[in-house]
Amino acid sequence: MNKRYVIYVSIFIAFVLEVLPMPIGTDIYRPDWLLLVLVYWNIALPQRVNLGVAFICGILLDVLLGNSLGINSLGLVIVVYITSIHYQRLRNYSVWQQMAVLGLLCALYNVTVFWLHHWLTDVLFQFTYFWPIVTSVFLWPWLFWMLRKIRRQLALK
Amino acid sequence: MQPIFKRGPSLESRLFLVVMLSVIMLISDGLYGVFKPVRTVLTSLVAPVQYIASLPASFLNVSTDRIVSQEQLIDQNEQLILQMMSLQADNQRFKTLLAENSQLRKLLDAPIQTSLSKTVAELMAVDNNPYSLQVLINKGSTSGVYDTQPVIDDQGVVGQIVDVAQTTARVLLVSDLSHAIPVRILRNNLRLIANGTGKLNNLTVRHVPHSADIAEGDILITSGLGNVFPEGYPVAIISEVIRDDGQPFAKVQATPLARLDRLRYLLLLGRDDAPLESLNE
Repeated sequence: MNKRYVIYVSIFIAFVLEVLPMPIGTDIYRPDWLLLVLVYWNIALPQRVNLGVAFICGILLDVLLGNSLGINSLGLVIVVYITSIHYQRLRNYSVWQQMAVLGLLCALYNVTVFWLHHWLTDVLFQFTYFWPIVTSVFLWPWLFWMLRKIRRQLALK
Repeated sequence: MQPIFKRGPSLESRLFLVVMLSVIMLISDGLYGVFKPVRTVLTSLVAPVQYIASLPASFLNVSTDRIVSQEQLIDQNEQLILQMMSLQADNQRFKTLLAENSQLRKLLDAPIQTSLSKTVAELMAVDNNPYSLQVLINKGSTSGVYDTQPVIDDQGVVGQIVDVAQTTARVLLVSDLSHAIPVRILRNNLRLIANGTGKLNNLTVRHVPHSADIAEGDILITSGLGNVFPEGYPVAIISEVIRDDGQPFAKVQATPLARLDRLRYLLLLGRDDAPLESLNE
């Protein structure tokens, strides 16, 4: 009866989507797949996916993207902390409200990551760094619907 | 209704723990590079993700390689034969020049430059990382790839290895913001340092005095200082020199000679300590 591996499979797929080669020029619009999947599982099953999982995923994402360790883990952990305080409220929001909150969370994540990069390597501010916020927000309803369907069919707890 | 945590520390203390861990990692890895050995293990751990992600692209590459018309093959073959002929002709002269050069160096008591071992690698993935310019190649420590190994393509210097896993390695491109390469101008041996700018096709040369003899179209080659890049490989061509007397230094921009946006096959230059040893004698 242990179907919990589905959670980890979905996180693995999110990792693959984070590094999947995309056509030249569309790379800047890549949504924050890992953040979205972690936020979903955190809202749905906070006792399964929480700060520890977010931290480990962040470290692995840093290795995968060739960043200094800790950049993405710090960004993810802050967002997952906020969602795990408010998970009951977020569950009851309508899709539009969820999208708005998620936009703010994505912005927080991207700003944190940018700021840490800026502190380490003096990268200059560009608006193209923040396209993922827009694409992530519009991806959320579909991702939410799909993951909820999977969760309900398998009765994950 | 299930409580979030049946046991274990509260959410705040967990947050404190992971944030502290992240900050410690950031400082020790980002500023001092303490985690290099751990990274090697972790990079090998996430290599399957990279392989799965590169499957669609490699599948397309294989199918385009297979489906080629005979005409195209004949054309390509002709071109390659022509290219090989001209390279062979150059090579004949190169050998005599090499012999002559080593004789002259012997006369001058200068160390003789030996040829470097080379490994061919193929591009696996370009990183989805807007903050740094890195690519992944399909050779790793099992093929003898090592940290800081210089990487070139058929036109010029591409960059250096920064992370080595067992079967993959990561190349930091010369135009990355955190990369700098010691160079000299081919024309007059003026020594300079070319910094990356974060833009793929742009390097900047800092601290050039207004009086320096540098002009548009000058070729920058590696100077061999710093002991990372061997001497004499072309790096970039000067694209712009602005001498504004209001500024302390001239503003010099350069374009990398390696085609960084269309890399496919890369050459890894092996380590060779022979010239250094003879220097020490």
